[in-house]
Amino acid sequence: MLDAKGMDGRSLIRRRAGLRLWLSAGWLTLLCLAALFAPWIAPKDPLAQDLFLGRMPPFWMAGSEPGYWLGTDSLGRDVLSRIIHGARVALTVALVAGVITCLIGATLGLLAGFLRGWVDMVISRLIDIWMAFPPVLFSILLIAVLGPGLISIIIAIVVIDWTRFARVVRAEAMAQGAMDYVASARVAGRGRIGIMLREILPNVLPTICVLLTLEMGIAVIVEAILSFVNLSISTDDPTWGGMISEGRTAIHQAWWVLVFPLITLFLTVLSFSQLGEGLKDRFDPVLR
Amino acid sequence: MTYLSIRDLSVRLKGGPSLLRRVSLDVEPGEVRGLVGESGAGKSMIGKAVLGILPPSVEITGGQILLDGTDLLTLPPKDRRRRIGASCALIPQDPLTALNPSHRIGPQITDRLVDILGWTRADAEARAKALLAEVQIPDPDRVLRAYPHELSGGMRQRILIASAFAAEPKLIVADEPTTALDVTVQKQILKLIAGMQARHGTALLFVTHDLGVVSKVCQYLSVLYAGMVVEDATVVDFFAAPRHAYSAALLAATPKYTDPAAGLNPVPDAVIDAVRAEVAAFDRGSA
Amino acid sequence: MYEYLDQDEDRQVHADGPPSAEATGRAVIRLLATRLLTTLVTLAGVAVIVFFVIRVVPGNPIAMMLPPGATDEDIARLSALYGLDKPMVTQFGIWVAGVLQGDFGTSITTRQPVLDLVLGRLPATLELAIMALVLAVILGGTAALIGTRFRGGRREGAIDVANGMALSVPDFLWGLVLILLFGVLWPIFHISGRVTPSLDLPFTTDFYLFESLLRLRFDLWADIVAHMFMPALALAIPLAAIIGQLLKQSLKETMNLDYVTLARTKGYGETRVILREALRNAALPTLTLVGVQFTFLIGGTVIIERLFSYEGLGNMAIDAVINRDLPLIQGIVLLFALIFTGVNLIVDLLYAVLNPRLRHA
Repeated sequence: MLDAKGMDGRSLIRRRAGLRLWLSAGWLTLLCLAALFAPWIAPKDPLAQDLFLGRMPPFWMAGSEPGYWLGTDSLGRDVLSRIIHGARVALTVALVAGVITCLIGATLGLLAGFLRGWVDMVISRLIDIWMAFPPVLFSILLIAVLGPGLISIIIAIVVIDWTRFARVVRAEAMAQGAMDYVASARVAGRGRIGIMLREILPNVLPTICVLLTLEMGIAVIVEAILSFVNLSISTDDPTWGGMISEGRTAIHQAWWVLVFPLITLFLTVLSFSQLGEGLKDRFDPVLR
Repeated sequence: MTYLSIRDLSVRLKGGPSLLRRVSLDVEPGEVRGLVGESGAGKSMIGKAVLGILPPSVEITGGQILLDGTDLLTLPPKDRRRRIGASCALIPQDPLTALNPSHRIGPQITDRLVDILGWTRADAEARAKALLAEVQIPDPDRVLRAYPHELSGGMRQRILIASAFAAEPKLIVADEPTTALDVTVQKQILKLIAGMQARHGTALLFVTHDLGVVSKVCQYLSVLYAGMVVEDATVVDFFAAPRHAYSAALLAATPKYTDPAAGLNPVPDAVIDAVRAEVAAFDRGSA
Repeated sequence: MYEYLDQDEDRQVHADGPPSAEATGRAVIRLLATRLLTTLVTLAGVAVIVFFVIRVVPGNPIAMMLPPGATDEDIARLSALYGLDKPMVTQFGIWVAGVLQGDFGTSITTRQPVLDLVLGRLPATLELAIMALVLAVILGGTAALIGTRFRGGRREGAIDVANGMALSVPDFLWGLVLILLFGVLWPIFHISGRVTPSLDLPFTTDFYLFESLLRLRFDLWADIVAHMFMPALALAIPLAAIIGQLLKQSLKETMNLDYVTLARTKGYGETRVILREALRNAALPTLTLVGVQFTFLIGGTVIIERLFSYEGLGNMAIDAVINRDLPLIQGIVLLFALIFTGVNLIVDLLYAVLNPRLRHA
């Protein structure tokens, strides 16, 4: 039963969801631009050390140094410039790792869910085994094996997180495979791969898109966590996780070294997931 | 003084169309009043309004529900709830969904006695056992300890009837109590309700779409169309000569089990148009 | 007319017999057997993967533990001592044979039995995870109950927004936020360690939290809680959000069911109807999902323990990876896998026990 008030509530939810979507997309666009044009935007060289300018507070506080808007870390490096350059690593990881994870995971999930049989058995068993690993420990282990570096991080994320896609897509493909339209396509003489790509995939695609957005947020976090335990890329290169790690040790002396990268990371992760949620609402015919 | 007296009760969807249009009716202890109408006519809505279980999307816009002389609608919510809990009960439509799957049968019959009426647990259990015997359930001890899913639909409806009579309510609302049951069980359940009602002298509001049932169980009936009472009569008078064209057509449309050859006589369009015009005229008058 | 009521053939109504206890028991045993089998396969898979993956690690662990002046001969001798000179498959066989007898090998860095090290740290992690679970259930349950009680109102909207935020951000970031809020801005909790080092600990087990309670040492208990509250809360927030969302949704659906409506006519208030009639039935579907999520929470302890310098299994694991302590890494990963699969098994059993439809009455 839908009364007028309920309608208002729903359109309110939709409007709010729309706002969330736009804010998230806005922040991520800003971040992309910052990453692309980092060398031109960043006020200082992110690697330049100046021990005389160590632990300068942000601009509104007493004792701040002009030009260093968000203060400096213990080696006198500009926090703002490092955040801007850190966006490059974060977004590269999000994009590349997210997409590769998505491709591999979704393919395996689709195969398992639609072909069933021994393919499903093998993939499901693999998923079970993967789920029994603590993911953070697994990723740290992989970085230890692969050696630090951007490529290693991306490989580690792909190796660990493909199950996220495989699990969901498998279930979804299974549900779709049981629908009548698949049966009628089979009756019409379509091959199995044809049905999978032309009938099942388009129906699973919205779910995959939502998962991809969420995965990008997760990839950013994993990169930050690995930087935090000093296993990401070389410690000199600016990464948000590395900055947070430094900030954590000097938290009582220079809180801004922790706070600003943390805020950036927080907003980025939140944006990715809100974007995912927003897309989910858009795709959800019940709410539309 | 009449026990339940509904005066000019109007109910509508919040910000939407009317569901009940100034409904008035009375029920005395020992009486059974049938509420008849096609689906959507608002017959269940009356019972729900009396018991205070209208869905949140619905609001009461006017009228009174006098229970033993007190207008329920003017009572503070807590008092109203307690009063209804102590003196009214519901026999629900679907016995399969009306028992809580995670509680045993016993507490579902005795909870009101203990929590609302302050009985001791032992008294309440003895009462429950007696009631189960009264609704002809074999082995009451075992049933009281059973979970709902272990019992058949007919069995569960008997339990719900027993539970409704547990606190000796003055008024019971039976909301299509046999619609969800097998035809073979329906008859037994109807007899059971009628018998219990007669023995306990309860006032009974019997919501149904089946005039055949009304003729067997009720003494009075209200025929509803679009939330309006189009006829309020004794059952004897009604079946002898319905006064309103719509109720006459409804009666003619009821299949007769003794005369299958008569076939179905749907309510004629002309009658529907006439009663719709009546409703429209009512809405203009009250606006 | 209307004769059908009078055709009197009143049959005695019987209760449907419940499914026999024997049949139910057999079904449960079959379920248990298959679950145990898949669990074993999973554990074996984990063992194989972790064993061979870490042996690809560049850098000789033996060389790392010896002082810089060590000769090749020294390295070879120590390698032989730890069995690292044999072919990998042989090493694996030796390790598995040991594990099956309860011998997980010797840590390379500390030269203590892996089992002792791991069991010494396990209680700290278990306490942390359980405290986090309790916090998550309390927070999420309260949010769901308040949201249901005031559904459709402003309070429900606020709870939805808070849930969405809590769910979007992982435990690692919540940990950092908490450190800033309650460690620096308003320092009421400790931000590192498990217990204040200067305190004298009379404990005989490693379950400090429980033992301090049992010994009625509330001073120590308060100190331990002040240390573990923030890491536990950081782990709890995302799980609390999931519990809150799922439970509220399920409660709201349950509140529209007939038996809840019937309970309302009995004179009960809204709160009591939610708690007594709806909660138990609504909690059941939430339970299985919370089980899976709880394993994620345990996985999260690794980084959270690092963040809060909490001396648990996860913190030891990261050190072990950094130090290339192969036997220790194997032991810890296997233990985590055991915990994960164990939790899932327990949740399945719990579900069977709590669901009266599956329980033989």
